Amino acid sequence: MTAQAQPEKRPNIIVRFFNMNTSGELGGRKLPLWRQLLLQLMTLIIAFEVMFPIMYVVTLSFSSKTTRPSTLQLIPNEFSLEAYKQVLDRPTANPVTFVQLLRNSAFLSVGVGLVALLVAVSAAYAFSRFKFKARQILMILVFIPLLMPVIGTATPLFLMMNSFRVTECAGDDIAISPFTTCDGQGKVVFNLRDSLPGVGIAMISGALPFAVWNLKGYLDTIPKELEEAAMIDGADPNQIFTKIVLPLAVPQLAVTFFLGFIGHWQEFALPWLFLSQPEDYTLSMTMYNMVGQYANAIPWNRFAAMAMIVALPVAVIYIALQKYIVGGLVAGGVKG
Amino acid sequence: MAAITAEPHVSKRRAQLQKAILPYLYLFPAFLIMSVITFYPLIYQVVLSTTNFETRHLLKGLRSEDLEFVGLDNYKAIIDGSLPVQNFNFFRVLTYNFWWAITNVMVHVPAGVLIAILLNTQGLWFKRIYRAVYILPVVIPPLVVATVWRNIFNENYGALNQLITTITQFFGAEGVVRIRWLTEYKPPIPWLLPNSPLTLAYYAMMIANFWLGWPFMTLVATGALQSIPKELFEAASIDGASPTQQFWNVIVPLLRPAMVPAAIYGFMMSFNLFNFVYFMTNGGPARSTELLVTFAYDLVRNLRLYGVAAAFAVIVFFVALIVFLITNRITRATESYT
Repeated sequence: MTAQAQPEKRPNIIVRFFNMNTSGELGGRKLPLWRQLLLQLMTLIIAFEVMFPIMYVVTLSFSSKTTRPSTLQLIPNEFSLEAYKQVLDRPTANPVTFVQLLRNSAFLSVGVGLVALLVAVSAAYAFSRFKFKARQILMILVFIPLLMPVIGTATPLFLMMNSFRVTECAGDDIAISPFTTCDGQGKVVFNLRDSLPGVGIAMISGALPFAVWNLKGYLDTIPKELEEAAMIDGADPNQIFTKIVLPLAVPQLAVTFFLGFIGHWQEFALPWLFLSQPEDYTLSMTMYNMVGQYANAIPWNRFAAMAMIVALPVAVIYIALQKYIVGGLVAGGVKG
Repeated sequence: MAAITAEPHVSKRRAQLQKAILPYLYLFPAFLIMSVITFYPLIYQVVLSTTNFETRHLLKGLRSEDLEFVGLDNYKAIIDGSLPVQNFNFFRVLTYNFWWAITNVMVHVPAGVLIAILLNTQGLWFKRIYRAVYILPVVIPPLVVATVWRNIFNENYGALNQLITTITQFFGAEGVVRIRWLTEYKPPIPWLLPNSPLTLAYYAMMIANFWLGWPFMTLVATGALQSIPKELFEAASIDGASPTQQFWNVIVPLLRPAMVPAAIYGFMMSFNLFNFVYFMTNGGPARSTELLVTFAYDLVRNLRLYGVAAAFAVIVFFVALIVFLITNRITRATESYT
């Protein structure tokens, strides 16, 4: 019946071309060969577009030469691990090992993520489950910082951290500003601003409101029936929180942590602003340094190897958690 | 007797009090930390924005003797362009920032949806391989992507000039192509955005950000496409709807609730795309690709005008607030669609 009706109605060329049926199941019909080949051509062109920069950097990273090839090379013609070895051995001109850089990056991304999560979860629970007077106003307070891009609060955080210094004074005294100061000149031995914990604190400043908001959104979706049943059985709110809600929220806690990890792993603006000692540098700062000021003298294969190393953990986590992350990102993006 | 009746009354009141305090106890740790490192800096920022805080005040902070209260002078200087900063014009940066975000989303969303539909075609070979390949740009950190693309756009050794050279030489042209993608200041299409010249670097970044942006939209659109029940198409065709009508009346409206939030997310991401811009062009040439966030960063990191930087951040906050109110309106309006 429908087959007879088809020729009279000329369907849209695009619709016909794509054989539009979005159910995802294969019906009885097969795609005609000419159409299949045309579609394959299109998908291949798109795949080339995607693979072009990736293959370019992969090829560079496996090259043993430090210069870029003078003609385009997208397929490695040698598999030299020289660049990787050099990067792992001595990533920069400074006497800093790769392990140190990795540790700094890991300290910031894991530390900030964990602290934000642990502190945020109880607040998220309060917002999600309790009715109390100041709820509305406190929620707006948490929301306001989300509107601000991270760089927006960099100045006050920079100055705040910079005022926490430990100074060795002329005598044997030690002055801790802003509480005490030296009488004369002194040597600054510790500046919170110029230290990894200082950067971590500044990063938590932005991560915490986000974690509260994100977790609250998830806790809202956990059905309340379980808790009501527990309440009838005589559980108090604290027990409900630790015995029922927390275990149910573990997947989302993990997703929030990894979302944070992906962001903090690439964090560049704050460390680059705060830190000045090469031994405090993170992987992303090192990568920026490699292509930054002395771009003409850079060993390109090492830069490419570094790029691959920085990208790897994020790519692995992303692929493993893909399903959760897309939903989480969009929900978070709409809210803030 | 009195004691017996009073007792439950007291414990009941205590329980009520406990119940009233409990939410605040749960909120306490988060708010304690946020008040020190989130809320206080926001207030500090506003105070700072009314001073002439510079490098020489770093030692003593707000207690410096020569720190002056300048009122709204910093704000005025930003708006009327009298900052001691080269090539800076607030309204040009603002216009460019909006243009940048809007043009990106306008390209990413349709491309993402079309590619999702293409991938969803019945009986397409190697679907899984394509899906796996197309996800790669979402997975790689933007910071790495930006450095790689910056390398690709290099005028002497960049892969893109090499690719163009290969193509032109294939068609018989002589010589090597040397397009100054990221450094040429002369805008190729001068009339496009009269307020703010769009240099070649803008187009280069559009290309790189296109690579980065559409796969996410495809991801979202694919999810939405697959959740459209088959019965809807059957019902539509029984009712006599042509495939064209089905496209506009079934697919488009059902994709909209998923694509609007994704588009707004994409807009916000592009609007504040710090890492990408900073790694690719650093705002250059001559600040022509500077976004609000990259300029804010330049003010504090390189120019070290802390007072001005604070004032600028306050302005950025209000711009972000306005953008949020508008986008929030849009999502609210489309929510009722489902």
